[in-house]
Amino acid sequence: MTETDKVSIINIRDQGDDGLLAISRKNLLALNLTEMKTIQDYFRDLGRDPTDVELETLAQTWSEHCKHKTLRGIIEYRSQTADGSWQSETIDNLLKQTVMKATAELNLPWCLSVFKDNAGVIDFTKDNALAFKVETHNHPSALEPYGGAGTGIGGVIRDIVGVGLGAKPVVNTDVFCFGPPDTPFDSISDSILHPKRIAKGVVAGVRDYGNRMGIPTTNGAVIFDPSFIYNPLVFCGTVGLMPKKYISKEVLPGDLVLAVGGRTGRDGIHGATFSSIELDKETEVSAVQIGNPIVEKKVTDTLLKARDLDLYRGVTDCGAGGFSSAVGELGESCGARVYLDRAPLKYQGMLPWEIWISESQERMVLAVPPENLDRIMEIFTAENVEATVIGQFTATKKLELLYNEETVATLDMDFLHDGVPRYVRKAMWQLHKHEEPSASRESRVAGQKSLGKILKQILSQPTVASKEWIIRQYDHEVQGGSIIKPLTGAVNDGPSDASVCRPDLSSWSGFVVSNGINPRYGLIDPYWMTASAIDEALRNLVCVGGDIERTALLDNFCWGNPDKEEQLGGIVRAARACYDAAKAYKTPFISGKDSLNNEYSLEGRSLSIMATMLISAISVISDVRKCITMDIKKSGNLIYLLGDTYEELGGSQYLALLGLTGNGVPRVNFAKAKSLFTSLTKAIGQGLVASCHDLSEGGLAVAAAEMAFAGNLGMEIQLADGSWQIADKDKNETAILFSESNSRFLVEVDPKNKKAFEKAMKGQSVALIGKVRKDKTLQVKGLGGKVILKENIAGLKETWQKTLRW
Amino acid sequence: MLKPKVLILRTAGTNCDMETEHAFRLASGDPRRVHINELVAKREVMASYDILAIPGGFSYGDDIASGKVLANELRYELGEQVRDFASCGKPVIGICNGFQVLVKAGLLPGFTPIDEELQATLTFNDSAKFEARWIYLKVSTKNKCLWTKGIKKLLTLPVAHGEGKFIPREKKVLDLLKNNGQVVLQYTDAKGKSAGYPANPNGSVESIAGICNPQGNVFGLMPHPERHLTKYNHPRWTREKLGEKGDGLQIFINAVEYSKKKKL
Repeated sequence: MTETDKVSIINIRDQGDDGLLAISRKNLLALNLTEMKTIQDYFRDLGRDPTDVELETLAQTWSEHCKHKTLRGIIEYRSQTADGSWQSETIDNLLKQTVMKATAELNLPWCLSVFKDNAGVIDFTKDNALAFKVETHNHPSALEPYGGAGTGIGGVIRDIVGVGLGAKPVVNTDVFCFGPPDTPFDSISDSILHPKRIAKGVVAGVRDYGNRMGIPTTNGAVIFDPSFIYNPLVFCGTVGLMPKKYISKEVLPGDLVLAVGGRTGRDGIHGATFSSIELDKETEVSAVQIGNPIVEKKVTDTLLKARDLDLYRGVTDCGAGGFSSAVGELGESCGARVYLDRAPLKYQGMLPWEIWISESQERMVLAVPPENLDRIMEIFTAENVEATVIGQFTATKKLELLYNEETVATLDMDFLHDGVPRYVRKAMWQLHKHEEPSASRESRVAGQKSLGKILKQILSQPTVASKEWIIRQYDHEVQGGSIIKPLTGAVNDGPSDASVCRPDLSSWSGFVVSNGINPRYGLIDPYWMTASAIDEALRNLVCVGGDIERTALLDNFCWGNPDKEEQLGGIVRAARACYDAAKAYKTPFISGKDSLNNEYSLEGRSLSIMATMLISAISVISDVRKCITMDIKKSGNLIYLLGDTYEELGGSQYLALLGLTGNGVPRVNFAKAKSLFTSLTKAIGQGLVASCHDLSEGGLAVAAAEMAFAGNLGMEIQLADGSWQIADKDKNETAILFSESNSRFLVEVDPKNKKAFEKAMKGQSVALIGKVRKDKTLQVKGLGGKVILKENIAGLKETWQKTLRW
Repeated sequence: MLKPKVLILRTAGTNCDMETEHAFRLASGDPRRVHINELVAKREVMASYDILAIPGGFSYGDDIASGKVLANELRYELGEQVRDFASCGKPVIGICNGFQVLVKAGLLPGFTPIDEELQATLTFNDSAKFEARWIYLKVSTKNKCLWTKGIKKLLTLPVAHGEGKFIPREKKVLDLLKNNGQVVLQYTDAKGKSAGYPANPNGSVESIAGICNPQGNVFGLMPHPERHLTKYNHPRWTREKLGEKGDGLQIFINAVEYSKKKKL
């Protein structure tokens, strides 16, 4: 290979350690010394130096973003046990030992394709399957919220369009973590955008992309916390519907490499590597791509048409790493030759390596048998979709790139995909003691404020408050399959636990999508944060009538820099909770994602996010007409509390009001929870439940308030009628009302179903603690029988709605 | 008897074509989704259909203005065919983006077969943002629209748009619309009374949500009848007693029935 004005040869064979690292840094490769040395050895063996194209290809393919080197690497883990002693162990491939292991051990027949394609695929109806994927797009959204979030949703939609031989996107879900919207301007660095500006930009980006694609956004959550000021989190997810016969690809040598959709430009150069390093004020906005949803819509429409005519054998999207990753993945087992000068460009002047790794949006790569080329081109041309043959899959087991007839890269597929050296990293975990509320501090709040005032204060917290301002900007009805909507109740403004949709209008089968997230618990213990998130996602879907026996999970790890032992230690804890919970609930993980290095470097300090685990859940429902909602329906109906209440205020909204974290993080008794969820699923299926809402942030008080104002009816609760798993000395009404213990529900039952319901719930922790009132007040009678909280529901609702009514 | 053939027009950015197709199928029509390129290539094809539907979406990304590019394509590429289709009395419906297209192509209000100058527009909501919500609609008693014939009840349908504010060019146009019985649907509150935001979700003049041409066969509306075909689409089906049929279905049935009679 010779140097030209388009291609440089980079001398790495003669470099020492410093020289190698300097090359990695200068070219934004995000490769560490061991990786650079491995590359050096490879080229020393070949007797030549790499071209810039080769080095860039390796950097993209080996990026943390693409390879998950940390979670699949070797981890030397030590942890402190309860008695203070330290234990050490070596974990070889954390993901395989936890998340993926649970799925393998459960070995459920309805998991059709897991952890190998762009999304997880589960069985749905006789002919169809569902694909589900949730991705993050954090760093782009921090720099350019509108473009970053838009391309985040655009990217995950392409994952679905590129799973197997392609699925039709049918639902989007979006979860965000932002800094508090009322953060004072002068308290933050002028090198970042204000949290409210980021929030508005992200919402607009998701709105414009999702709405234009015609995909309903039916589910989501938003968390606000100061730790997200410098590094917001943006999770975008998509569910797809596909015929079962199209769930796998098989690329053969001789198939043409067909690039379909948008043109290639300089936007999004180094996205994969840039997402793998921390942000600072120098980070360039050019790493963020520009989206065009109409192009993606045209690509989706035509691609699915070609799929149904069996015109191609493989498809994948150009995501992180662009053509490099897409062609690399499709050609992994055979080989590929690509002529970079044939790729349609947005403008002239791009260098070969830029064409190869650009992350310009709306591009798909197909493997097309030559004999089908004319017919497939006809389909794309008929709807003005650009498609260009840029190469061919080969049997050489090599990746060969040419530019104007000159070879600019030749890499062994084996080295490209499996050559990356294993990381060995250290991880450590120990329990930290957090400050507990002192009697005086608590009484300062509780003494001056009635329980009603505390409730209102919690309802007005941005994390708890109504997200109607956001939800209404998303089209949640398009495609005509919306059954349980994100907003529900007497005037369509109560907070649904989960959404239900039927993607095939000729069938009553449908699916639920829900999520669970509460990073505040992770401040105490990432294990219980994760267990809680899984429990919450499952509670949410059980609430609307989801089937716990047919539920699959997705994980999304968002952490700081894994080079820090304690960060990685938290990840180990979280991954182990994934395994334990998935096994116990029999809810397999089918796909997942990790986003590490969520840190911002400010004046020499690294500001890390609060470690966050998002769990997304999907459940198949055979008849959506049996679903229910969370708004109370009729005065005189009975209110039951299901599940055990402990004094678990650690990480709660209540302690947050006191400015504290506490230590009593909500735990989960998996066996009990699974049994309760199963019984409740049955009771709902039998039509015995009028409404059902899960207890999460703000506990019993918030759940009761939400059910009441959503149903525009009052509710009365008698704490003396419940049984509380709290030691007598600590048994107080504040703990009962605001504890955030997991696996709990408030359920409304018509008196005529009392017997049948109680029979269905036999053996579970059930307490009849109240009833629906006509008078539109929420009343709580304390342990002594006296009214301790009385608020009119209109006032509660207004408080809950006001905060984010932007 | 043969089912009336329904042409569901698609182009880049159309995204409600599948559910519109489903609606016509439920209504016993014979729908087919057709890309505009196909029609432009074979102009005579349009006349072989009995009903024309322009579904919702963001045609061409709503660049320039909502519906504008597709409207111009209809006007300048297929003007003659569309005019013939409408003037021979065949049912035409434009939903949401399709309504914007019909207005911007001059097919609505349609005082002449294709109005030379636009007589009305649909522009940015007063709230200045895209909004999705369920609203109530009153069917005006003296309208002559074939699509809403016989519908007396208050309809519950969803809207989802950023540019749905109906504004007539001048007072004279509004008067004409009213006098001709061209005002078909108006936003109301839950009791059927006219009300401000959010009952009128976009600030439309006189709460106008849908209009027809003077003959009553061309109908445009911002709300989405194809999204309320069964009661399980209704936002409160878990708490209210409702009939099995969704409020939007009758609109499609009316057109199919009309075409059947017309064919006899």
